[in-house]
This record gives sequence, C-alpha cells and structure tokens, in this order.
Amino acid sequence: MERRNARQTREIVVPGDVLDGSGMKPGENAYVMDGKVRASVMGVRNVFQNTVGVIPLRGCYMPTSGDTVIGVIVDIGPSNWLVDIGAPYPAPLHVNEVPWKVEFGDTSRYLNMGQVVLLKVLSVDESKKINVTMKDSGLRRIEGGRLVKISHSKVSRIIGKSGSMISMLKNMTDCRITVGQNGMIWIDGEDENADVATEAVKMIEAQAQSGNLTDRVRAFIEKRLPQEEEDYEEEEE
Amino acid sequence: MSSEIMSDIKRDHILKLLENGQREDGRGIQDFRKIQVETNCIESADGSARVKLGKTEVIAGVKIIPGTPFADTPNIGVLTTGAELIPMAHASFESGPPGEDAIELARVVDRGIRESGMVDVEALCITPGAEVWMCFIDIYALDYDGNLFDAANLAAVCALKSATIPGEQYGKGENKPLPITCVPISVTEVKVGNTLIVDPNFDEEQISSARLTVTTDDNGNFRAMQKGGRGSITLDELSTCLDRAVEKGAEIRKIIG
Amino acid sequence: MSGHTDMVLVDENGMRIDGRTAEQHRPIKIEAGVLNNADGSAYVEIGKNKVLAAVYGPRECHPRHLQDPTKAIIQCKYNMQAFSVSDRKRPGPDRRSIEISKIISEALEKVVLTELYPRASIDVYIEILQANAGTRCAGLTAASVALADAGIPMRDIVPAIAAGKADGHVLLDLNKEEDNYGQADVPIAIVPSTDEIVLLQMDGNMTREEFDHAIELAVNACHEVYDIQKDALKRRYSKPAKEAENDEQ
Repeated sequence: MERRNARQTREIVVPGDVLDGSGMKPGENAYVMDGKVRASVMGVRNVFQNTVGVIPLRGCYMPTSGDTVIGVIVDIGPSNWLVDIGAPYPAPLHVNEVPWKVEFGDTSRYLNMGQVVLLKVLSVDESKKINVTMKDSGLRRIEGGRLVKISHSKVSRIIGKSGSMISMLKNMTDCRITVGQNGMIWIDGEDENADVATEAVKMIEAQAQSGNLTDRVRAFIEKRLPQEEEDYEEEEE
Repeated sequence: MSSEIMSDIKRDHILKLLENGQREDGRGIQDFRKIQVETNCIESADGSARVKLGKTEVIAGVKIIPGTPFADTPNIGVLTTGAELIPMAHASFESGPPGEDAIELARVVDRGIRESGMVDVEALCITPGAEVWMCFIDIYALDYDGNLFDAANLAAVCALKSATIPGEQYGKGENKPLPITCVPISVTEVKVGNTLIVDPNFDEEQISSARLTVTTDDNGNFRAMQKGGRGSITLDELSTCLDRAVEKGAEIRKIIG
Repeated sequence: MSGHTDMVLVDENGMRIDGRTAEQHRPIKIEAGVLNNADGSAYVEIGKNKVLAAVYGPRECHPRHLQDPTKAIIQCKYNMQAFSVSDRKRPGPDRRSIEISKIISEALEKVVLTELYPRASIDVYIEILQANAGTRCAGLTAASVALADAGIPMRDIVPAIAAGKADGHVLLDLNKEEDNYGQADVPIAIVPSTDEIVLLQMDGNMTREEFDHAIELAVNACHEVYDIQKDALKRRYSKPAKEAENDEQ
C-alpha cells in the first residue's frame, strides 16, 4: 500500500503504452510483448525496484481476501444475504458467517434489504466467487451517520502514509470514519463536522493526483472548523 | 423510473436533511438545478437541443417531413413525440422497445406541447386534404439523475423552437421557421415523506411516494398534468404544486429565452 | 455504393469535394469522460459524424445464459438516433445495426483482458447522434476510448477508419457523397502495437492493387486516430492535476 504513495513524476499512461523497453519486469497492470513492458490500464506509471507497472486511475473494485469492505444488503435468501460491495459480482454472506445463530429461513429477522454492513472478504476463488464474513472484531451492521462513495483506487490516498490522512481527518473533524477498501466510506459525527469530513473526502478523491494534499486538506478543514491547537500538531506526510 | 436498492443510511440522511428544508446537493426544496441548453447541435435534424438539468442530460431532435394527414383532420399537420430510456443513461435502463416509463414520459411531454398549441399545426398544411408537414420529436435520455420529465420537456421545446421546415429539400417552397405560438414549461415535484420538492434528483425520486408534473403556458394557464407514483397528494399539496409550476415556469421560460 | 451521380467527387488536381486530398481524413475531435453515470464514456466527431459511447461494467451478466465461466463477454449495442440521418430512422434495432454491434463487440474482445472477469459482462453502448458515412468506425473509435476511460484492462486501444474508392481513386475516410456514389468502402480497425486487423469489411469493386493501397492508407490513418484517442484520455487527467497545482499557488 505504501509504495503507491511514493512521490514521483506522475506520468499518465493508457493501455498499450510502452512502460519500459530496457529489461524491467512487468508489475501490476502491465504485460510484456516483444521484450517491451506495456500498460494494460489507464493510470500512473509506477516503478518499484526492477518492476514497472500502472496504478489505475479508474476501474471497478475487485475484492482480495482480507479486504475490509462496506456493503448494502440487496437480496435475502433462506440461508444467506447478497451484499453489494461495488464489485462486478455480488458477495453472498452465509448465515454461518454472522455473529448470530440464524435459523433456516429466518434471515430477514437479522439483516434486511438496504441495511449496511461492515464485512471482511474471506476468499475470492479462481472464478471470482466471493466469500465474506461478519465474524471478526469490529465487523458489524452500520447504523446512522452517512455513506460516501469514492473510487476504490483513491482509498489509499484517504488513508495516507501510515494512516496519516485518515487520522488527521478523524482528529480534526471529531468524526468516526470507517473506510472500506471498496471505496465506501462511513462518516458519523455532529452534522456540521460530518459535512466537512464528507467534503474533505471528496476533495481528496478529486485531487488525488496532486501533491501537498495533506496540507491542503488541513487548510480546508481549519477554515471550516476552527481547531484547538493540540489537535493537529504532528501530522506530517 | 427505475429502482435500485438504496442503503437505509443514505435514505435516512436525505430524510433528515429534508426535515430542515435541506437537500444533499445544497439546494432549497423549491430550487431547480442548473439548466444548460445547446440548440441546433445536430445538423441532420431540422431542430435539436441538448439539455443538461444538473447531471441529467437529454437530447431531442425534430424531423419534419411531408406526409398524408389523418382523414379526420385533413388540413392539419401531424405531431409525434417519442422517448427512449437508452441503457447509456443509467445502469438500470435496459435495451429494447420503450417500456411503460418511456411511453409515459413521451406522452406527458407530448401533451404539454400539443395542448398548449405550441406548434401552429394549421400552418403545417401543404395541400389541403392531401399533404401536410409531419413533425417527429425524438427524445433520448443520455445521463439520468432524476427528473427526466422536465429535462425531456425542455429538450423537446428547445428543439422545436430552433426547428426549420425544410421546404427546399422536398421542393415544397422555401425553408421557414417552424411556427411557434408559446413555450410550454413543465415543473415536476415529488413527495418525500411529507415534503414536496422541486426537480428531484435520482436519490430523491427513489424514496419519493408520489410525483406531479404540471405544464403551464406563457400566460400561466395549465395545459397538462400527470400524477405518478403509488402515493397520494393532498388538495393543499396540489395547490402548492400549481403555484410553484406557474412561478418556476416563468423563471425557466426566461432562462431558455 | 450503388448510387450514381454526375457529381465530380475527385477533381483533376486530386482534390475531393470537401477540399481533402486522397490521403487525408476528416477533422477528428475526441473527448473522454463526458457522461456521469457510465463507468466510462467518450464523444467522437469525425467530420460530420457525432457519436457518443458509454461503457458499463464489468458487471453481472444479464441474461444469465450468456455468462461465460472463463471470461467476461462484451455486449455492444450500436444505435442510430432517429434524427441522425437525412430521412428519419425508425427507432429500434434493424439488421444493419445488429451486424455492426456484433463486429464491434468482436473487435473489442481481441484487446480487452476478458479473462480477468469470468461470468461478467462489459456493456458498450454506441449512440449515433449525427451520421455522415463512417459511423461504425467512429463508434468503435469512441467505444475503445470509453473502455479505457472505464479503467478496463486491455492490451491496447483500437482505432478504426475506412478507406474506399470513388471516381476511380483510392480515398481515405469516405464522406457521405463518396460513400453513396463511390465504388468501394473498406472500414478497418487495428491493434496499433501489432498492426493486427480486428475489424474488416468491404463492399464494392476493387482490384488487388487498389485494395492493398486502401489498406495501407487506412492502417496509417489508424495510427493517427490512435494518437488522438490517447491524447483525449491523457488530457482528462493531466488537466485537473495542473489546475489543482495552480490552486495551491
């Protein structure tokens, strides 16, 4: 995750662009043809040691096991719920993967259509069948607050280096914020504070490609929510 | 128009804001979104307009061709309005022939134009009893973020206002502007909880119980209405909608000129 | 190809009715990311053609029986809007648009890394707002920009353009008059990194020499279209970043 934030010249590449012709290995979103490494998605060229790849700018979320995601219940079966986690495939949540003992056919008593859940991706198999669980610490149904959807490729910017951005957001706005790897973000706090946190998140998404983001986000929040001094003294990117 | 499972968190947030007369995008409950109109953008059409209403975008084109009048109106031109909710515009729109939503949309727009007498159809007669100009209005939703009724009405009206009768192309005299007598403007409101809001976006439409479209003419007279949705509206609410339709209609008429 | 006219399509100096030489394409304008709801989108003008393309997906494949357990399918729908042509076109698909949709889907399948998304569907919608010969090439050109804009993994971007023959001359990118009254039309699309052909049709009458020349013209022009496609995509992202930097100062 951290190397994604490495500051370097942000060269935008599109599919087919040659990333390297001098023997580097293809990294993520890159392929080799006739000895040249080429991009397979639109994004920012990214060099890491002797590999060259692309950090995508857009694209749908593809779950990986271990991801924490926020989803919405979109269908209910007798022994599972279908959760929309913004991936190309629905994520079934089986009754064995919730912290309650649910009788067959009794699923809607526990989770209903439209309700929001914080889950973990257990596994994604070869054919992209997804398994999710709600049986881990912190996983739960989420109530109240508000949801913001951003592109999953900008999640690393919301979190920031070693979590610097997200902790600054939380401290300065005094909000509870939960970030799903799928780009769903839950924000809860006093109305005005939550408004500012929401706008800050959208600002980070819109300006993810530019430098000095932490400073600008800090300035933005300070302007909207005057801070007591100790709140933000040691947040440096 | 279409349904999507909305999270309870989002729904509750919108409802909570509305209790204080606020909306997610910062508008007041009576405010329209920004209206942008580009006319005569399609050269192959005899009149055209691309309209943005916030993030909703609609294109309308007018084709005017000579044809045979209906037997019962031998000296009167023909007006036809069609609308398509193409899958380009929203993930929930499916390809295929127009469904009931698209047909309702086209008919409501058609009614406003027809009943207001916007187009002087009697001036569309070429040879009495034998040949008249037929005016086809085709509307396509390109990007759907709620309130297609007003966006489609605006696109159709602006396309007609910009239209030329292509006399030369068919050897039927000179090209001349399509004769226009007035500008019908529709104003749509939906009821969310007990609040009426003007120009709903997609999310607001999703949680609304009832919808009312009111079309007025230049004099503020009512020319077409359509109540939609499974909920109901009270007589007082109706009265509010009528007042707003006149007020907002006049404002929009100024914007589109 | 069947019409006949006394109009001179190519004059004694080799100039065409719109002032182009045989080897020039019409002016091309491409913009990426023009719609809000679609996952990717593009607007293309080639001469008087105006085309919008939108991409949704990868998403669950409907109808389900079309699902492929090993890869995503690409479902393209090409549609001419009623007012896009000189006579009003009746709304709805006809045999021509179904055929074009099929060959465009197949051209795109060659470059999209469909194996990354088993069982899914990538839906491509092409709307012709204004038609003036060459809409299938303009549509495919727009569709590949929209796919890249949607962040869909692909080997390359596909450009398309037609070459043909009118008044006995081999011409690049036929306009409407040349298409109606000319003798041949050859739309092609290529994968620029390899020059492989992924779409090819031909109708009319050409000798082997004429055909070879037409292909040469079209392949060269495809590389020009490709540069414009790439520029449209890069412009979308380089601009906001620059604006943001300016904001800072």
